[in-house]
Amino acid sequence: MSFPWARQYEPATGLTKWLDEKLPVPRLVYNAVGAGYPVPRNLNYFWNFGVLAGFFLMLQIVTGIVLAMHYAANAQVAFATTEHIMRDINWGWMMRYAHANGASFFFIVIYLHIFRGLYYSSYKAPREMIWLLGVVIFLLMMATAFMGYVLPWGQMSFWGAKVITGLFGAIPLVGEPIQVWLLGGFAPDNAALNRFFSLHFLLPFVTLGVVIMHIWALHIPGSSNPTGVEVKSESDTVPFHPYYTAKDGFGLGIALLAYFAVVFFLPNYLGHPDNYIEANPLSTPAHIVPEWYFWPFYAILRAFTTDFILPAKLWGVIAMFASILLWFFLPWLDKSPVRSGHYRPLFRKFFWFGLIPAMAVLFYCGGAPAEEPFVLLSQFATAYYFLHFLVILPIVSQIETPEPLPYSITEAVLHSDKKPVLGENTAPAV
Amino acid sequence: MADTTATDTKEHSPLIEKKDGVRRRDFLDVAALSAAGIGGLAVVYPLISQMAPSEDVLAASTTEVDVSAIEAGQAIKAVFRKQPLFVRRLTPTEIAEAQAVPVSSLRDPQTLDERTKEGHLDMLVTMGVCTHLGCVPLGAAEGENKGEFGGYFCPCHGSHYDTAARIRKGPAPTNLVVPDYEFTSDTVIQVG
Repeated sequence: MSFPWARQYEPATGLTKWLDEKLPVPRLVYNAVGAGYPVPRNLNYFWNFGVLAGFFLMLQIVTGIVLAMHYAANAQVAFATTEHIMRDINWGWMMRYAHANGASFFFIVIYLHIFRGLYYSSYKAPREMIWLLGVVIFLLMMATAFMGYVLPWGQMSFWGAKVITGLFGAIPLVGEPIQVWLLGGFAPDNAALNRFFSLHFLLPFVTLGVVIMHIWALHIPGSSNPTGVEVKSESDTVPFHPYYTAKDGFGLGIALLAYFAVVFFLPNYLGHPDNYIEANPLSTPAHIVPEWYFWPFYAILRAFTTDFILPAKLWGVIAMFASILLWFFLPWLDKSPVRSGHYRPLFRKFFWFGLIPAMAVLFYCGGAPAEEPFVLLSQFATAYYFLHFLVILPIVSQIETPEPLPYSITEAVLHSDKKPVLGENTAPAV
Repeated sequence: MADTTATDTKEHSPLIEKKDGVRRRDFLDVAALSAAGIGGLAVVYPLISQMAPSEDVLAASTTEVDVSAIEAGQAIKAVFRKQPLFVRRLTPTEIAEAQAVPVSSLRDPQTLDERTKEGHLDMLVTMGVCTHLGCVPLGAAEGENKGEFGGYFCPCHGSHYDTAARIRKGPAPTNLVVPDYEFTSDTVIQVG
């Protein structure tokens, strides 16, 4: 579906006419990211991050396929082949640094993309499915990133694999057998490494499939926008190409500057030195933390220190998974008819002074040692995190009085809408 | 084409028909796409280069062979770049046979002198890789079929090489390849 004023694809040459009849790929591109896709004219740079996430997914697939050409998933040689890539393969160092830091940048843009969705309530009807698919993509990314981190078979790889599979060991009764089954052994070894490699290769393509559905679902209602007011007329939109291809291209240029600055000048800044020590099942590194992008969830995991009906370990695992899974219910927890946080004064306060500081604390504590005051801080932040989504958001969204919305996107941009569309759309849609 | 641009942006729209001359927008378009294109090409280079032989493979690309123990009429197989290398000391009869052949009658005309080093006419160093499709010809080891011309015989598709390892019969297009090598002493050759 698209807006009635969307431009129609008209093949100009004989070849494109022929192609359009047999396999209309140019038409698909034209309607998806070309001039045939009308997009709200007021998108700000927070709307760049979807394209950036797509870019980093493709970057990870390309560099990952290159690395897989040189890597051997065997516990005897995995560490050595990783060093072989770094030292002997032409440009191998660049491919590996591009891939390792590409994962971090993928998470940076995804977190900003999620932030955008949370602040502007992009998850609300009619875009719930886009949000749900997005959460699936995020879960797939986390699984893929974790298994990828195991592959170099360094100390952090090994102990990461042990600790994360140990999470499943917290499940009552069946936990231990499940952990042994996941690893194919009693500790991470060749069996685990091989299956992690196999899945690490598979999951990005599964992710790509879900991304296609995510974009497909997006193209049905069309993009949201910073006012949260739905598109009413042609003057509210501009064609995706050239307006947003140019804007996204500019944003991509900035993102690439930051990315390559890290790849070339700080390639190990986001990693751990311990991972350049080969896996040793008999010695755990002194300070074991996951990669930075798992820190908030790791902090939630460690925030549970006392047994209460269930063992503390199990509470931590439940809370960690629940902290993400509750996002699946977000479109129905937030009951406000207004989307954009820009017009929601009370929501905005809790967002900026509640959720964001709580997330910041969780981020910091997840990377800090498991001692005071970080454990206590994590506990407060974890409590707020769940309180925010499960209690505050549903209540605030029902009691607050939103600020007046602009009549239309055009009015929001130009401060007047010279030709309001009369008839079916006279009431401000939200 | 439907007019889909908002009226208020019309005068700035690049979608409207071009006026004469180069507009600022045209310049920016070309500059931006050129920068992106050059950047894209720069990315292609390492992506292609990474598949080329790596440093450790290249480091193994010279091989030293001690030829002192090879008797006349004997051959040994060495390994050069993970491929077989035939080193053969020719008997006087084999040298005479090779030199008796009119060069013009050969598919790949070369004399024995051209295929050996000066002063070492009896030392024939060739790759053990058939120039047809890459099988290892027989004839280097004791008792193997040396083919109709007393040199090497490739069992895959029946190429016969003579005592100077030149192609005489069968599908192979050229003689067995003589790699770059030199005598580092009277008894040692360095290949590659």
